[in-house]
Amino acid sequence: MRIGIPKECVAGETRVAATPSSVRQLIRLGFDVSIESGAGEKASFTDEAYRAAGAEVSDADITWQSGLIYKLNPPNEEELTKINEGATLVSFLYPAQNPDLVQKLSGMKINALAMDMVPRISRAQSLDALSSMANIGGYRAVVEAAHNFGRFFTGQITAAGKVPPAKVLIIGAGVAGLAAIGTARSLGAIVRAFDTRLEVAEQIESLGGEFLKLNFEGDEDGSTSGGYAKVMSDEFIKAEMALFADQAKEVDIIVTTALIPGKPAPKLITKAMADSMKPGSVIVDMAAATGGNCEYTVSGKLIVTNSGVKVIGYTDLPGRLPTQSSEMYATNLVNLAKLLSKGKDGNINIDFDDVILRNMSVINNGEVTFPPPSISVSVAPAKKETAEAPPAKRKKGTKGLEMGLGAAGILLFTFIGLFSPQEFLAHFTVFVLACVVGYYVVWNVTHSLHTPLMSVTNAISGIIVVGALVQISPDINAITILAFIGILIATINVVGGFTVTQRMLKMFNKE
Amino acid sequence: MIQGLVTIAYIAAAILFILSLAGLSNQETAKRGNIFGIVGMAIALLATIASANIQALIYILIAMLIGSLIGARVAFKVEMTGMPQLVAALHSFVGLAAVLVGYNSFLKLAGHEGEIVSGALLTIELTEIYLGVLIGAVTFTGSIVAFGKLHGIIKSKALSLPGKHWINLSAIVVSFVLMGFFINAGGSMIFLAVMTAISLLLGLHLVASIGGADMPVVISMLNSYSGWATAAAGFMLSNDLLIVTGALVGSSGAILSYIMCRAMNRSFLSVIAGGFGNKSASAAKDEETGEYREMSPEDVAEQLKQSRSVIIAPGYGMAVAQAQYPVADITRKLRDMGINVRFAIHPVAGRLPGHMNVLLAEAKVPYDIVLEMDEINEEFPETDTVLVIGANDTVNPSAKDDPTSPIAGMPVLEVWKAQTVVVFKRSMNAGYAGVPNPLFYKDNTFMCFGDARATIEKILKAM
Repeated sequence: MRIGIPKECVAGETRVAATPSSVRQLIRLGFDVSIESGAGEKASFTDEAYRAAGAEVSDADITWQSGLIYKLNPPNEEELTKINEGATLVSFLYPAQNPDLVQKLSGMKINALAMDMVPRISRAQSLDALSSMANIGGYRAVVEAAHNFGRFFTGQITAAGKVPPAKVLIIGAGVAGLAAIGTARSLGAIVRAFDTRLEVAEQIESLGGEFLKLNFEGDEDGSTSGGYAKVMSDEFIKAEMALFADQAKEVDIIVTTALIPGKPAPKLITKAMADSMKPGSVIVDMAAATGGNCEYTVSGKLIVTNSGVKVIGYTDLPGRLPTQSSEMYATNLVNLAKLLSKGKDGNINIDFDDVILRNMSVINNGEVTFPPPSISVSVAPAKKETAEAPPAKRKKGTKGLEMGLGAAGILLFTFIGLFSPQEFLAHFTVFVLACVVGYYVVWNVTHSLHTPLMSVTNAISGIIVVGALVQISPDINAITILAFIGILIATINVVGGFTVTQRMLKMFNKE
Repeated sequence: MIQGLVTIAYIAAAILFILSLAGLSNQETAKRGNIFGIVGMAIALLATIASANIQALIYILIAMLIGSLIGARVAFKVEMTGMPQLVAALHSFVGLAAVLVGYNSFLKLAGHEGEIVSGALLTIELTEIYLGVLIGAVTFTGSIVAFGKLHGIIKSKALSLPGKHWINLSAIVVSFVLMGFFINAGGSMIFLAVMTAISLLLGLHLVASIGGADMPVVISMLNSYSGWATAAAGFMLSNDLLIVTGALVGSSGAILSYIMCRAMNRSFLSVIAGGFGNKSASAAKDEETGEYREMSPEDVAEQLKQSRSVIIAPGYGMAVAQAQYPVADITRKLRDMGINVRFAIHPVAGRLPGHMNVLLAEAKVPYDIVLEMDEINEEFPETDTVLVIGANDTVNPSAKDDPTSPIAGMPVLEVWKAQTVVVFKRSMNAGYAGVPNPLFYKDNTFMCFGDARATIEKILKAM
């Protein structure tokens, strides 16, 4: 089957759905690839590079004739007319926000898979384009902030004076937020982050950020099984806003990433908060496309408030790194191709038993399959009760056993004491004391020397040679022969054991 | 007078043996400890040979010369990966020697050489002989089977005869019944011989029904038996030196077995009763698998170079692939770059207690960066990269998270807490315990498939 990669025609779009390296991988999966001339231009991929990778570079009409279309943006009216009946379209579709588009697509006998509907389960991570775009967006948000901020991010002590590090507040520690934390940290800033989901505290700290805890009674946790945060109670929101107001006075940069799926973004930074920031501070609002987290935000624009705070509302942050975005999106699509074409023979099968494909499917052969049945995804919240139980269990059974053994031991000792002659008891005393000495000495042996311990005990248990030595006599008889063999093999033990121990111990060297 | 000197020499030897084991408490004193052991042995042998009881010096010298030559040759030639076999072989010698000494004692007793004993003393002497031979025989054949399994002559899979527990139990019961007859008869060659045959078979069966990865326990157990066999010989001959040494070795083996069992969270009996094999099959089925991610050796090299701290968790697979040398080279290279590299050793890694430490020491990895589980488990969360080489069950998170898992409660290396985990493995097969390992499907885990040695050499080249 042929995969068609049309040029994106949305104004300002810089990305493309395939790169020369993804083309190579798709061909290895058995597909032919046709790419519209100039499709990769803005992402710095030339037609020659695609051709060298094995793709056919052609004009738009031929590309659209393919059985599988890989694309970024939802198709427009004109593009829709070019799709063949029976073809499969893969792109961002946002079916919940675009009922008209879904309506139109259902009129055509095609299949449509939405890249924004990849479920958030670990198996699907390799094709989760929203995550890869969010990651890039988070990085770029910090770069934009740095670009518009008049000072260093990192603290320095120079001959020209001391520079304090910039303080960055990241709101929302999803994929974008975490990428922003990592980027800001590596530029040297002090990074604080807030999220309603308590489970992300560890992730924030692992990237070198500081997790801001709310001054709030009760232990509300915003985690849901859907991987997004839920809407919190009023008191919680109040405490949260107080925290932001406090932080706004202190920090130099705020990056907000708070989204609620299918709804306008929550307003977290009020005009008053933005005004309380130092002049020259920067706010990057990554939720600008859905209304923005900051009251000043203008979608797609950078504005400067009267108090000199810059508010960035760019909605094309991933597109500002076109090469990187294209590479990651193209890789997501290659992974999708692997899922669609299990036989690696270039034929695709949209298998509805696979929850990933089921969830992505918006139109199947003209039928609307959106919304998909819900699946539970993130596993983190449900986990608490398990871990504790197992260790306690075995102890009980062994306790009775231990007492039984102890009692048996006492009985045995009493029995031995009653019926044994003195001579035996003398040896027995030595034996018991030696066991006790052995116990303490051996527990002190370091784990790393357990193998030498075994070989040295091997060597000294060769002391049994003494037994054979006292039995041997000059007369050739059974006893002498057995004793001879005994001496021989016990000597192997003695010499072999000590020698190999010495050899091993020599290897143990400190630097 | 001479007898007094001999006794004093024996006391000296016993103390030197104790000091020898005490020396192993750390690496600095270990070599001195071994010297103590050698000196102790020399004193004991000289005293015994010099004492008036000994005639037939020529035979003794011949036997000892041959024994020394064989022993030294083997000890110099053995590969460190072959240590488990050597230890098993040496155990079998002690077992055989105990049997021989036991028979000799019996022959002397029956031939009325030496003083004639009767009554309680006779009973005790007969019991000692009987027990000495029994333990010796079990140790002898058990160690031979262990040797065969470790050397790959015998299949390492656990033998599972129907009613194997009953076989073992009845062998022991019959042996003890025979002991009654033996003592009642005032010592009878027939009962002794029948019992010997039974215990030889018991030793065979006991070890044959234990699988390969339980070998650390088996070897420690046989080590312990060889000690008890020596002690029993000491009782027969009324020789305190043998008793002390036997007790030392016996408790050493017992403690090692205990440590190994605890490291697998299993009781000693359940290990002896046979491996995980039977029950785990059912548990493995409904476990969900997932998507795993691969990483090429070149990427692993890159990942390592960008890390600040690296922990390597080796398992028996590393020894099988002989990968310890390239691993040591990587370690040196990374340390030269200023990267903090450590090794994390699980107590049951390898086929012998402490086996991994010896292998790494041979490859010239400094011992102070080779840490045991309890020392290093805390440090995984602050670690950038963990390399898991040829280990599986010892890094399985389900031991901690999943109470229904067959290995639940077993202490494991918590490698998954690190930033990135790279697992070197031949394929996706489950480990010895047959338990699926969710580590492979974790988000921060990458698989690097192939022969460990070849893969690691590739990484080395890429660095």
